[in-house]
Amino acid sequence: MGMNYSEKVLDHFNDPRNVGELKDADGVGTVGNAKCGDIMQVYIKVKDNVITDSSFKAFGCGAAVATCSMATELIKGKTLEEALTITNKAVMEALDGLPPVKIHCSVLAEEAIHAAINDYLVKTTGVGLPEKGCTGCCSSCGKH
Amino acid sequence: MNTAIYLDHNATTYVDPKVVDAMLPYFTEKFANPSSIYSISEEVQADIQTARETIQNLLHAKNGKIIFTGGGSESDNLAIKGYAYANQSKGKHIITSQIEHHAVIHTCEQLEKEGFTVTYVPVDDKGVVKIEELKKAIKQDTILITIMYANNETGVIQPIEEIIKIAHQTKIAVHSDAVQIIGKKEINIETLDIDLLSFSAHKFYGPKGVGGLFVKKGIKINNIIQGGGQEFKLRAGTENTAGIVGTAKALEIAMQNWKEEWDKEKKLRDELEKSLLSLIPESQVNGHLENRLANTLNIIIKYVEGESMLLLLNSNKIYASSGSACTSGSLDPSHVLLAMGIPHEHAHGSLRFSLGKKNTKEDIAKVIEVLPGIINRLRAMSPLYKGGK
Repeated sequence: MGMNYSEKVLDHFNDPRNVGELKDADGVGTVGNAKCGDIMQVYIKVKDNVITDSSFKAFGCGAAVATCSMATELIKGKTLEEALTITNKAVMEALDGLPPVKIHCSVLAEEAIHAAINDYLVKTTGVGLPEKGCTGCCSSCGKH
Repeated sequence: MNTAIYLDHNATTYVDPKVVDAMLPYFTEKFANPSSIYSISEEVQADIQTARETIQNLLHAKNGKIIFTGGGSESDNLAIKGYAYANQSKGKHIITSQIEHHAVIHTCEQLEKEGFTVTYVPVDDKGVVKIEELKKAIKQDTILITIMYANNETGVIQPIEEIIKIAHQTKIAVHSDAVQIIGKKEINIETLDIDLLSFSAHKFYGPKGVGGLFVKKGIKINNIIQGGGQEFKLRAGTENTAGIVGTAKALEIAMQNWKEEWDKEKKLRDELEKSLLSLIPESQVNGHLENRLANTLNIIIKYVEGESMLLLLNSNKIYASSGSACTSGSLDPSHVLLAMGIPHEHAHGSLRFSLGKKNTKEDIAKVIEVLPGIINRLRAMSPLYKGGK
């Protein structure tokens, strides 16, 4: 049913994990914009370099919700370095794939993880992640 | 108990069983090619003519001819390209609106590539074509104005009578994509004095893949599908006999009691509208509240996204549609809502309910029961929503 989503995507959409704001979050990352129809906000709690908890809020389609749900599941318990290696592909694979028009949602989810970690690093060390070039198409720049 | 609630009749309707019955003989006994010369062919040819006359009577269209086509999109293509090609010696400018169906917009864009110029007239915030802008757009070389009769997304009915009067003052022809209104309301083509008008059977409980184009006497169009001499040499291809007979039957049924059906659907639609607006804060109706198809409700629900709403409605076996980008496979939300000045972020949160003959009070009650909960749930996870918690 609906948009040719996998069972896993529908499961994470209908029963999203880790929804809501995280009280006393150590890092928050927001990506996307309302104009494009997708905003993702990822919260992380960090202790001894390990992401002990994570949650999200999302405005967007079924895939946006599902990728956030999966991304927050994937980074929980990981070190910051490990979390940074989680790619949009990994999120997609964990969801048994996404329809081609929805791949940008997984890119946004990856960017949201990076943004949350960056926020944490800036807050604690004053130095964020190195600037990354365009990783794909979040379509927010309108140039691709 | 838990039966499906279909509220997407502007997308398509089911085929009325009486229409299916009328069509069935043409698949088996009455299968002959209408162009052949034996008696069984003559019979089928006669049935096509009867269907044509039935439709002409029901649409009050005796001042021209009905060409059967493969549906609404083909009718729009035939009308616009056909008229443009046949009349380009008079001028190469066409006027349309920003809220047309893609069958019209993309056809106009194609003509632009071929050297025609097109003006896309804006609409006001109620979704009504701005007449003053349309007047200003008229140029010496304008040959055709094509404006839809009723918009498929908002249901807003356009001031076609006025547009025709304006156009005819300077001998400009008028085409209207009337796909959403034919079958829902009685239209008098002759009084209207329109030059070209498209309709499609599957919007009024007829079969898919068949429609028609009305062409007023004296209006010249070229064919766009070359081949045999069927349909006054304007649409080649062996006739879709079953579809044509089904179209006539469907329109006959639709016109028998269109007013009661209109009133019934309006009552249900108004109930749905009133309840949703009162139960869901920060929601609004899109489009003119009065000049609107009785069956259509287009509503914006702020801070949530259309596809998410549709998926959760779908889980409740409620089938509707949205102008959100995510449901179209493109990045932009509905061009109709954007043309009305609705911001992108709100257009992504639009829902369209379009009612039909079988919808009941219970169906509407179910939507009213289910949707506010869906919205609460989605808003609770929306970073844009600051109201709740």
